[in-house]
This record gives sequence, structure tokens and C-alpha cells, in this order.
Amino acid sequence: MKEIMARLKKDKVGIVGVIGVGLVLLLGLFGPWLSPHDSTEMYKEHMLEGPSATYWFGTDEFGRDIFSRVVEGARVSLYVGLISVGIGASLGFVFGLIAGFFQNWVDNLIMRIMDILFAFPDILLALTIVAVLGPNLENTMIAIGIVFTPVFTRTVRAAVIAVKEMEFIISAKAIGVKTHKVIFRHVSPNVLAPFIVQSTLALSGAILTEAALSFLGLGIQPPNPSWGAMLNESRQYMEIAPWIAIFPALFIIVTIFCFNLLGDSLRDLLDPKLK
Amino acid sequence: MFAYILRRLLMLIPVLFGISVFIFLIMKMIPGDVVSTILGTEATDEARRQLEKQFGLNLPIYQQYLQWMGGVLTGDFGVSLRTGKPILGDIISRFGLTLELTMLSAFISWIIAIPLGIVAALKRNTSTDFGVRIISLLGVSVPNFALATLLLLVLSLAFSYYPPAGYVSLFEDPMKNLQMMILPAFVLGTAMAGAVMRMTRSSILEVLRQDFIRTIRAKGASERIVIFNHALKNAMIPILTIIGMQIGTLLGGTVIIEQIFSLPGLGQMVLTAINQRDYPVVQGAVLFIATVFVLINLLVDILYSYLDPRITYK
Repeated sequence: MKEIMARLKKDKVGIVGVIGVGLVLLLGLFGPWLSPHDSTEMYKEHMLEGPSATYWFGTDEFGRDIFSRVVEGARVSLYVGLISVGIGASLGFVFGLIAGFFQNWVDNLIMRIMDILFAFPDILLALTIVAVLGPNLENTMIAIGIVFTPVFTRTVRAAVIAVKEMEFIISAKAIGVKTHKVIFRHVSPNVLAPFIVQSTLALSGAILTEAALSFLGLGIQPPNPSWGAMLNESRQYMEIAPWIAIFPALFIIVTIFCFNLLGDSLRDLLDPKLK
Repeated sequence: MFAYILRRLLMLIPVLFGISVFIFLIMKMIPGDVVSTILGTEATDEARRQLEKQFGLNLPIYQQYLQWMGGVLTGDFGVSLRTGKPILGDIISRFGLTLELTMLSAFISWIIAIPLGIVAALKRNTSTDFGVRIISLLGVSVPNFALATLLLLVLSLAFSYYPPAGYVSLFEDPMKNLQMMILPAFVLGTAMAGAVMRMTRSSILEVLRQDFIRTIRAKGASERIVIFNHALKNAMIPILTIIGMQIGTLLGGTVIIEQIFSLPGLGQMVLTAINQRDYPVVQGAVLFIATVFVLINLLVDILYSYLDPRITYK
């Protein structure tokens, strides 16, 4: 871990990613204290006003403060991102561990189900699941979690297969350590590196998918702010009030960019092949 | 080769079967039934029963599946709840547009990504390489709908340009069709370019490190011959794989892009059907898109083993 931190310090691009992700996390955590207005409060006399001292990013067509909505949107994005990656990663971790360790009919069954899920374009799968469950916050997270399960399962399974032929695992089995103990005590810590990289990359994917679903009106429902939904609503008014499109778009792009920078650097750092 | 393709095609059957079962079951999980959607809540029992019988909803679930699948296999995807028109005809007429958009986007992404990726690999660890890395990460990070919105905003404010309204097919008026398609294809293409750029760079680097390249250089071949005749040819295989995977992202991306640019393609069809709760249409269109995706992946796989003689068709 120390070695990783030392190498991360040398990687300038990685540092930009860390700082960017850190800022977005702070924005999400302390958002309510930072934003000057309530994100759903409508100031009817101040509709579609440009950026000013009172309304830093201007106001939207209902007179709501865009800065406060963007900040609240960061909260929503991160929340959805973390929970849905949590769902996908835990399911994928368990399935991948089981499939990789046993490599029998259970493996076959799990992997064929994952193949089926993989046969759908991400957005389409998420869209279909949300359409069935009904569009709201919880179902958006469930849908994105399911979409990300196969990639975690594959990553963990591949890592487990690589680890399990190593001598220390064979020795552990030889001295009679119980199967579940071998799996959880000895195999799983060794698949953490690819798992962490995958999680960081999946976070940006999950945030992007949430924004896309909300953009299509099938994610977070109004009046709750979501960057994707804000961007969609802005399209009607953006020619007379460009700021209502620019700020949410900018935040989506910068956030995903920083998560990708971080994920990329982590991959280079943790991939033993690139040492 | 032929036996290999045949074997791969046979292996598709269980996957496609799984996909169809998955779509069928997930559609059955929808709360509330189709009958109430059509008739409203105040329908008589008699009317409900009649409609249930018409849709086969009174049968056990596996029979409902068999009925649907039997139809699909004989080219009958059922009819739309809204328009009463056969679903397959609609799918096919819209598929042309989505396919055109996907192909055009893929093409745009290649002409951006492959040259930039090569340049980055050749000038490794210089500012050019760094610049390409940033561009490719931006390409991956900017969501297509954000790029589309910002692009439309800039074009309208700065150049007073609006994309032409009213869709015209490629066969009616190729020039006007291209005018309509170029913006959406550009948006989708740049999103895909990032990943292709990165893959091109790393696989060229990988190939340049190999012995045969050193031999060719030692024989006095010019750098141009080394790159274009030898390195690029060998680097194409991983690039092709990523392109195959990206086609899926493109097909998914068309859902959003078609909506933004009001293009009547398959993606827009799915979205409209979801909003109108026209579930047989959703079911049919999603099955169709997933099948196309699986077939494209198969095609890439076959091409892959065709290009790389080291891969045996066993």
C-alpha cells in the first residue's frame, strides 16, 4: 500500500484525478451547507436570470437557483453511483468468487447468465429494467447495479482462477484448511487489486448511466435535481439562457473525467504486468 | 474455417434462447397487467376475459413464452398495443436508420482515433502523447447527450445553425440524409474514439517491441513501411476487439442520440414504447437489438481469427 501511495505521488495525472474526485466528494458531502438557496425553491420573480452575485450560476425556467441544484445533483450522482456500484460489486464479487473457485457446473451456470446480461447494451438494459420496475431513485440504483454485475463477476473470476493455482493456496488446501476459509481468508484478499480498479471505473460508468437515464426521464424524478434531468430540461430554454445547460453539462463532464483519470492511474499502478 | 463458423453459430442458440427468456420474464414482472392498460379499470369481466384470451394471457406462463417465441421464429413479433400494426415491420423499417447511424459513427471514430493513436505511440512520453491521452480520456468521459446538447447550443448561438427537421431516408435524398446524420454520428463517433485511440496506442507500442520489427528495421526498411506494412497490420487485432465491443455502446447510445436529434430509429422506438407502456413493442425491439449485438460480436470474433493465423479454429 505504501509503495502504491509513493508511486501515485509521482503520477501527476493521477493526482489531478484524486483532487478532482476529492472535490466532488466534498461537494456531495457538504453540499447542503455550501449552497446559498434551497434546490427546489422557486423564485418566481427571478426566472431564467443569468449568473449574478445572488444566483452564482443563474436560475432556471422556474426561478430555481442553478448552483444549489448542481450541488444537490452532485449528492444524487454520488449517492446513486456508490450504491449501484456497491450492488453490482457485491453481487459480482460473490458470483465471481464462487465461479472461479469451483469451476464446475455452478461456474458454467453463473457465467452463462452473465453472458446473457452482457448481450445487452448497458443503457438499453438499464432502461428496460427501470421501465419494468418503475422510474424512481431506488429502481435506478438497482438497474445500474444489475448492469454492472457481469463485468465484476468476470474480473473477480479471472483473478480467482489466476490466484488459485499459486503455491500458497495449494499448500493451504494440502494442510486441510476448510474450503470457505481458503476462499475468504486466502483467495479473496488477492483479487482485491483488479476489483478496486474495476470499482473506480464502474463508478464513473454508474454516474454516467444515471445521468443518461435521468436525461431520458427514466431516472431521478422531478423536482429532485439530477444533472442528467437538468440538462434535458434545459434544452427548451438554452438558446435564451445558455447557463442552464452549460453548468450541469460541465459538472457531469468534469466529474466523470476525474473518476476516469483516477481509475486509469490506479489501473497502471496496480497492474503488476506494468511494473 | 467453415466448420468453425458453423460451430459458433450453433453456440449462439443457447445464448439467444437465454436472452429471449430473460426479456420475456422481465416483461412479465411489470406491475399491473396489459389488459387494464388497454381497457382502463372500469372494464367488464367479460371484456377482460376476451382480451386476455386474445393475448393468450389465460395460458400458463411457459405456454405464453412458447407462443411468443413461435411467433418470433416465424417472423411474427405480435402487434403494437397502440397502433395495432405488426411490430416486426416497424422494427425493420427503423433498423436501417439505426444501422446507418451506427456505421457512420464507427467510421468517424476510426478516422479520428487510429491516426491519433499511431502518432501517440510513435511519440511516446512526449507532450503529443500526453495530449492524445487527455483527448482520449475526454472522449470517454464526455457523455454523448452532454456533447450533443452543448454542440447544438454552440451551433445555434454562434452560427445560427439548426439541424434540418423532418427525416429523409438515404434512398430518397442522400445529401439531405447525410446532413441530418452527420451531427449525431459525430457525437457518437467521438465518444467511441477515446477507447479506440487508447487501444491503438497501446497495441502499436506492444507490436513495436517485438523481434520481427527489429529485424525489419535492421534490414533497412523505412519507418513508414515498418509502421504501415507491419506494425499496424499486427496491431489491428486488439483494435478490432475493442471496436466490436464498442458497437454495443453505439447501439445503446443511439437510444439517446435519436431522441435528441428526433431521428425515427430503433432506439427512439424503444423509448417511445416504454413511455407509452406498449410492452410487446419494447419486448420485440429489445430482443432485436440484443440479437444484432450478439451477431456483430460473432462477426468480430470470426474476423479476428481470420486476421490472426495463430488462432486456430478448433
